[in-house]
Parts: sequence; C-alpha cells; structure tokens
Amino acid sequence: MSRIQDCFAALSATQRKALIPYITAGDSHPSLTVPLMHGLVKAGADIIELGVPFSDPMADGPVIQLACERALQHGINIRQVLAMVAEFRQTNQSTPVVLMGYLNPIENMGYEAFAQAAAEAGVDGVLTVDLPPEEADSLSTILNTHHIDSIFLLSPTTEEARIAQITKASSGYLYYVSLKGVTGAASLNVSEVAERLSLIRQHTTLPIAVGFGIKDGASAQAISALADGVVVGSALVAQIGAEQENQDVALAKVTAILAEMRHAMDS
Amino acid sequence: MSEHINEEMLKSLPDAHGHFGKYGGRFVSETLMAALDELNETYQKLAQDKDFLAEFDRDLSHYVGRPSPLYHAERWSRTVGGAQIYLKREDLNHTGAHKVNNTIGQALLAKYMGKPKVIAETGAGQHGVASATVAARFGLECKVFMGAVDVERQSLNVYRMKLLGAEVEAVQSGSKTLKDALNEALRHWVTHVDDTFYIIGTVAGPHPYPQMVRDFQAVIGREAKQQCIAQTGRLPDALVACVGGGSNAIGLFYPFITDHQVAMYGVEAAGFGVDTGKHSAPLCAGRPGVLHGNRTYLMQDDNGQIIETHSVSAGLDYPGVGPEHAWLKDIGRANYVAITDEEALSAFHKLTQLEGIIPALESSHALAYAEKLAATMRPEQTIVVNLSGRGDKDIHTVAALDGVRV
Repeated sequence: MSRIQDCFAALSATQRKALIPYITAGDSHPSLTVPLMHGLVKAGADIIELGVPFSDPMADGPVIQLACERALQHGINIRQVLAMVAEFRQTNQSTPVVLMGYLNPIENMGYEAFAQAAAEAGVDGVLTVDLPPEEADSLSTILNTHHIDSIFLLSPTTEEARIAQITKASSGYLYYVSLKGVTGAASLNVSEVAERLSLIRQHTTLPIAVGFGIKDGASAQAISALADGVVVGSALVAQIGAEQENQDVALAKVTAILAEMRHAMDS
Repeated sequence: MSEHINEEMLKSLPDAHGHFGKYGGRFVSETLMAALDELNETYQKLAQDKDFLAEFDRDLSHYVGRPSPLYHAERWSRTVGGAQIYLKREDLNHTGAHKVNNTIGQALLAKYMGKPKVIAETGAGQHGVASATVAARFGLECKVFMGAVDVERQSLNVYRMKLLGAEVEAVQSGSKTLKDALNEALRHWVTHVDDTFYIIGTVAGPHPYPQMVRDFQAVIGREAKQQCIAQTGRLPDALVACVGGGSNAIGLFYPFITDHQVAMYGVEAAGFGVDTGKHSAPLCAGRPGVLHGNRTYLMQDDNGQIIETHSVSAGLDYPGVGPEHAWLKDIGRANYVAITDEEALSAFHKLTQLEGIIPALESSHALAYAEKLAATMRPEQTIVVNLSGRGDKDIHTVAALDGVRV
C-alpha cells in the first residue's frame, strides 16, 4: 500500500476526512517550508500539497501568484523543493506529500530524472495543473514505475465521458475543483459540488478531495460532509504573504487556521 | 536537411489532438478542456461550411479591404542592390495590420457559438484593436488584457480600444508584458467560460488555436502567391516575415510549404543582441518546453522558469512561439534568424524615406533581414516580405529613441 492509500484507509476506519493544506515551497523564505510542513501535520494535516513555484502560474489567483514570485526571488527550483521533501521525511515517514505545479519545470528536468529524484525524496503524488490526461501518458507511466501517484483534476465543466477517462488515468485520489475560476476565488456552491461528486463516484472508487473556495472551518465542514478530503491553499498562503517579516507569526497563524478547520471537520 | 513535405502530409497536421510533430497539443487546466472541445468541434465543422467561409471572405473583401496589394519596392530594392523586394501590404488592412484577418474569423465563430462576450490579450495593441474593432461591429462585449508596460508604450492603441468600446485591463503581474496578459486572459476565461469567447491573437495557445489562426491568416500567402505569379510570372525565391507568436509569418508561409523551391525566413527579435540574453528569440536561442497551452520553443532558464524578454517592438516581446514554427524549424523547412532593435530601427527609417511607407517596428525586423538577404541574391530573383503592420502606433517609441519629443 502507498502512503496515500494508507492515509485514506486509516481515515475511513475512523470515519474522518482528509485535511489537505497547500503551501508554495520556498514561500516566504526557503527556511520556513520544512518547519511549516511539520507544523501543518501537528495542526491536523493528513496530506500536504507542496507547490512547486512557476513563473507563469496561469491557473492561480493573485495570492498564489505572489507566493510563486516570492519563492522565485529566493531562486527556488524543483531540485530544492525535492530536497525540502527529503528533509521533511527525515522525521516524518507517514504523511503523504503531493507536489503540485506546472509542467514546464518537470519537463525541463526530464521526466525520468524527476520521477527518480522525487521517489528518492519521498514524494507520493504529483498533480500537474496544466497537464490533462490526453498529454500525460508518458509522465504517468514513468511516475507509476517509481510508485508515485498521478493525481488529476476534475472540474464543474468536465463532461461525463471525460470523467471516465480522467478517473481511469488517476491514482491516489482525485482533485475536484469546486468552481469555475482560479485558486482563491470566492464563491462555493455546496449543492452543486454534491451533485457533481455523486456523478463522479459512479465512475470511480478513488477518494475525492475538493479544493478551490475553501477558506475556514465552516466551508471545510460543509465540504467534508460530501468529499473524502478538503484542500485549503490560498487562505493559508495569504497569511504567509501577510507575515513575511515574521516567520514564527506566519507559522502560528497558518496552523491556527488549519486547526480550526480540523476541529470543524471532526465535530 | 529539409524533410520533403507533400500536400497529404501537410493536411494531416495538426493531428486530432493538435500536434505538429512533437509540438502543439493542449496543456491547460481541466476547467478549460470542455470549452476547447466545444470550440474545436464548432471550428472543424464550420471550416468545411460554405456559408461560413463565404461570410468570412465577404468580410475580408468589404470590411478589411482585401486583397491587400503586393507592391514592388523598386527604389529600396535598387538601393540594396540585389534581389527584387516585394511587400505584402498587410499594413493597408482596416485597423492597420494583419491581425484583423484572424479577429474577423474568430468573432464570426463567437457569433455562431452564441457567446456574447469576447476577451483578448495584446502586446503592441494591434490584436487588441483588431478585437475591439470586430467586437464593436458584431455587438460583442469586449475586454482586452494588456501588460502594464505595454499600456505605457502603446498608449495610442489603448485609447483606440477604448474609443471602440472595449475595456482595457492593465496587467500588473510578472513582467507586465504580453505573456502576463495571456496568463491573465486565461484566468479570466476560466472564470467566465460559459459566456465568453477567447480571441487569441497568434498561432500559439492550446489546440485548436494554432490551426484556426493559421487558417484565418493563410489568406495572406494565398493572395501573395497569385499576385507574385501575376507580376513576375513565377513563384518568389524567398519569403520573409517577422515572428513573435508567428501569425503573420505562418499566414504567409503556409500556402508555400509544399513549394520547396521557395525559401522561408522567420525573423525573431534579437533585442540588444542574442548573445546579451536580452532578446525575444526562442527559436534561435531557446529550448522546447510547455507554456500557454502548447509545447513549443521557449525562452527559459536552467530551471524551466520563463524568462523576461526584450524587444523594442511590443508585438515581438513574447517568450514563446507558435508550435507549427517549432515544427518547421526542426524539419528544416523554414529558417529562423534574428534582427536587433538597432537593425530594425534602421530598416524602419530606410523604408520610410525610400518608399514613403512607415512600417510597424515588428515588420521592420522582417525588412531588416530582407535587406541582408537581398544583397546576397541576384537582381532577377524575388523576395516577398510581409509588411504586417503600419508604424503609426510606433511613432512615439521611435521619436523617443531619436531623442525627439512629439
């Protein structure tokens, strides 16, 4: 069993849902990332989505765009991101880490070199925002050889034939994008999400995480009633951006938001 | 060595998923896939539809003013002292550049698809103006994304767009130029995908845009071919066009790809010089990668981050290039070269003074290379240069560089 499978199995045994925070690696400073990952776990994270910064994050809203810019100002590259995962793994062998980002840095490194280095670092899954399954065969095959899950997005606009195709290409879990928009957008339509998830479940038994538009205990609770996992990104990253001068405060604020979500989801 | 391309092979490209060899494709977030499928289905159907094509041709004749002339620049050719240079006068189109050929086509598509709103990205502002123009004519709501740096250096076009009723959004993210305008347009599209048609201005982006924009622009090459034969009795020896995203170049090249005796030169912006790193020449000095929905040559650093580009001409200031050009480069059918800011400016002045034609700074790159090429050729040979736009929009830039206040 993979770490991701273990994670969802353990949660399901205790009737709990996965809390999945996203942070951008290297934001606001490279020295914050690993302590923050451990802090997130302590505050109740089940899986960590670690963003690989990219110069042109076209699916992200302003909050994560700025996070990418801050990380890139420190010259963060994909090898350094993998080194952060390896450092995290020195004291945490159980929490799955999923890299989330755009294809070009991976393509630039080379699929095989990337997959090998990611496996060695202890990466469990890869979610490439701008890589639909149609173009993903060769990367997915290589990741699979290295026991890394390929996680794909489903959206409110995904038609049923594509749902079947995407669920077939996916492993680990599925990421349902709750709204038409970029990360950090405001509106969340819970009943529409419910409808879509039940349609998706007709095609797969994989766990489904839901992200985009979840920002506090209430929205996390509402989504966790429907989904197997709740992803929160911009609400956390905004705090990191607001507290660039003081990393301890940033860490405290981010983990406090996450702990509130954990509490709301478990109660 | 150039691979021999026949008509059948050419027609098979792009494949069903939008690939030109290993380039092209569709690399976007999932939310846009359904919209691209819908667009592709509509386009592939309408591209075979006699009524749609007739309406497009009618608009090109009566609204754009086609065919655009092919003009023998005799005085300039004599001065250069080599091949005869002919200019394909896309600068004489309505709105002053080749861009309108494509925006007419895409606005017609928007109308057929029942989308009331259009968005566009723009660099120099020519595509923004061409989009705002057709939006005004078809009664569509129009929003144009333009990098804040470009808004500054192309204020005249910004005002033209506003006069035409478009909303211009100055994009503040990243390098604040064309690539960031494209990112922002994609973000807007993903949020308003139900009622919005995205008019991409060049032969880049996710499938079917590179194919669709090429098909709308190929009228340039079809006319040039007929006109060249009518005026000189044969095909030209060489074609020259500037390449930012590459739409005017592919428009000129495409109908000649299987005419192997016709050499093709795409001219990128060398900015301060390709060896200075401050340029916009991905085909000459970049590497393949994935950006803005397609795999193509890109300006990127060792870590796969897109790097900031430089060119005196906003329309060429882009780190990527259309995937069909990447393919034409790899198979050796077209040659890609680069011209510096300084060389382009010199050609700008020369054409203005010798022919009474003020060219766009983008097109001046093609002119500068044509001059070099013509000098190596014989007087009975011919070169067709795509004069893709007029230079009125660049007067302030040129005056500032010459130290003149206007």
